[in-house]
Amino acid sequence: MAKLRQCAIYGKGGIGKSTTTQNLVAALAEAGKKVLIIGCDPKADSTRLILHSKAQTTVMHLAAEAGSVEDLELEDVLSVGYGGVKCVESGGPEPGVGCAGRGVITAINFLEEEGAYDEDLDFVFYDVLGDVVCGGFAMPIRENKAQEIYIVCSGEMMAMYAANNISKGILKYANSGSVRLAGLICNSRNTDREDELIEALASRLGTQMIHFVPRDNVVQHAEIRRMTVIEYDPKAKQADEYRALARKVVENQKFVIPSPLEMEDLEDLLMEFGIMEVEDESIVGKTAAELAAEACAA
Amino acid sequence: MAALTREDTEALIAEVLEVYPEKAKKDRAKHLMVNDKTLESSKKCITSNRKSLPGVMTMRGCAYAGSKGVVWGPIKDIISISHGPVGCGQYARAGRRNYYVGTTGVDAFCEINFTSDFQEKDIVFGGDKKLAKLITEIEQLFPLNKGISVQSECPIGLIGDDIEAVSKKASAEIGKPVVPVRCEGFRGVSQSLGHHIANDSVRDFILSNRDGQAFEKTPYDVAILGDYNIGGDAWASRILLEEMGLRVVAQWSGDGTLAEMENTPNVKLNLLHCYRSMNYISRHMEEKYGIPWLEYNFFGPTKIKESLRKIAAFFDDKIKEGAERVIAKYTPGMEAVIAKYRPRLEAKKVMLYVGGLRPRHVVGAYEDLGMEVVGTGYEFAHNDDYDRTIKEMGDTTLIYDDVTGYEFERFVDAMKPDLIGSGIKEKYVFHKMGVPFRQLHSWDYSGPYHGVDGFAIFARDMDMTLNNPCWTKLTPPWLKKEPEPLKQAA
Repeated sequence: MAKLRQCAIYGKGGIGKSTTTQNLVAALAEAGKKVLIIGCDPKADSTRLILHSKAQTTVMHLAAEAGSVEDLELEDVLSVGYGGVKCVESGGPEPGVGCAGRGVITAINFLEEEGAYDEDLDFVFYDVLGDVVCGGFAMPIRENKAQEIYIVCSGEMMAMYAANNISKGILKYANSGSVRLAGLICNSRNTDREDELIEALASRLGTQMIHFVPRDNVVQHAEIRRMTVIEYDPKAKQADEYRALARKVVENQKFVIPSPLEMEDLEDLLMEFGIMEVEDESIVGKTAAELAAEACAA
Repeated sequence: MAALTREDTEALIAEVLEVYPEKAKKDRAKHLMVNDKTLESSKKCITSNRKSLPGVMTMRGCAYAGSKGVVWGPIKDIISISHGPVGCGQYARAGRRNYYVGTTGVDAFCEINFTSDFQEKDIVFGGDKKLAKLITEIEQLFPLNKGISVQSECPIGLIGDDIEAVSKKASAEIGKPVVPVRCEGFRGVSQSLGHHIANDSVRDFILSNRDGQAFEKTPYDVAILGDYNIGGDAWASRILLEEMGLRVVAQWSGDGTLAEMENTPNVKLNLLHCYRSMNYISRHMEEKYGIPWLEYNFFGPTKIKESLRKIAAFFDDKIKEGAERVIAKYTPGMEAVIAKYRPRLEAKKVMLYVGGLRPRHVVGAYEDLGMEVVGTGYEFAHNDDYDRTIKEMGDTTLIYDDVTGYEFERFVDAMKPDLIGSGIKEKYVFHKMGVPFRQLHSWDYSGPYHGVDGFAIFARDMDMTLNNPCWTKLTPPWLKKEPEPLKQAA
């Protein structure tokens, strides 16, 4: 039996992490891999396509009902969905109260103590909240957790900023532990030269664009039915894209300590690809009136 | 006469500092000084109210300790909730010996630990609902409470719970003050900020509640501020004030009540014992209600007499005569105490390290007994405290701010005091060094020490500690240089 591989998926909020993760996991399951998904986001939407459910009951909600997390059993929080994929949601508070980060820490500690990472598993995937706002959301990349980090991004400016920032976070933990950047997954937004741009960013970060996932409406069609594309329409072209991604993940050997870009270098890269306008220093801090006056004078 | 000369004391400080790395040495040097009574301000010679250095053993507390433990906790008919995990409330429970008259659990609540007992789920989902429920339950189980304060522990600030909103809603529901206090332990450098935060919350939620309501005033109304009735201190103080003809409207906050605090804006004069913990509310009442405030000191005959006369000077001849009458009445008794204990304590040296007022306030009481305070310092004083201390202490004595465990031990080693007055954390270290020790935070299960009654107990306690025969038994017989000849059996 192969060694358990723990992977975490990070990326800007709304980029498609949960959808990509579940489709990837479905493809792995289809190929006979045993996978566990751990949703690390209070929204608890990391497993709905696998379970065909609205939102799985979460570790933290069950713990709150039972009194404490010690009162729970693994069976209470673990659901099995498509292809035998095991699913857990850490859960957390509604926006604006409490501490969601602590929820992630509590849930992951619980899973470890209860032996959720059993020997039959091939993969664990952590699907983490978009913005790593505090230590809790860095939990999956701390020592003895995920060793492989995949960043979902697209050719949009903010998605690339986020990818670079996440790399900085990985760098911090990589020096003291075994966490490595395993690649960028480009979830296409159909921007110009998107694949080249992400390839360029990947090479600057010292990693690879592991796969370019094209945009296809079938993903949304499947999602409305709370299914992955793999399950909804196994013959779809898009299903093959996810299978390709899954195969590349299985075969992936390129795990690196990332070399994050300085802000200036990143902006230069974005300008090179026309994502960002070349900054005109002469207009900084000038009001509309001042600019109008200058235009008249010219 | 000081134990050491200025040069000796300076050399001692330099020697003790030697062990620190350069940066720490530079920082700690600013917190240690040799007293010079001629100085007007302490600014140039001592730094205070700064962050303690990592790695040293500081003896300071936290903002929660300052608010719950000192200011709010002793108010007997208000229930103070320790909001957060159980430990802060449990370890701060009933340890400070704030005596009160009342039936615990019925109309007085100081000794009970009320806590929201945070669990992991409360951190994750927030504790607002639990707090609201707790207040409802308190109201059902303890209906004679006059109000509730919510004392924030660290996690409340970290997870951003909205205790203000919960308190406001609960206050409307139960028709009593519910006071949110943002005294999270990580705020500030010591318990001092907790005092300030507590004072501010009293100002905002309590002090003006009865403004405009009828109150039968007399020209002799005063309030005792900054007396926490440790071992009955405030009672021993109150007797003297009442006997001289004053009416004590309120005690803040030892054996105090919500009504007393709400009525305080009606007094003629605020009498402030612990300046550090209640100068803020005193200044506020001066500003808003025009009430003057006066610092006094009821430790030892000299200071008691001085303070009674200083207080009387604010009033008419009736009170002035009253003060003289009180002094005349109690002087023989106090002289008898001195006559009894002074011969046993004469010329003994004392080192102090306490909190808000005692490092300077008890100096006079020791001097009345013929003892000399050779070193003193505060855990959480500001420079206005040191300004006052310079005048009380002898020339060339040692003054230390936020002293570290190491420094204090070394100072004691070098200066060889006959008695140390400090807190529970220090007590056993010095016991093991064979130095007599009294707890000057909680009076070592004794008290009161304030007032005339307190002085007799103070003198007795110092004597029984210092002259306890146990201190002669520290060296085992086999290590004694000249073994006692064996007594022959008869």
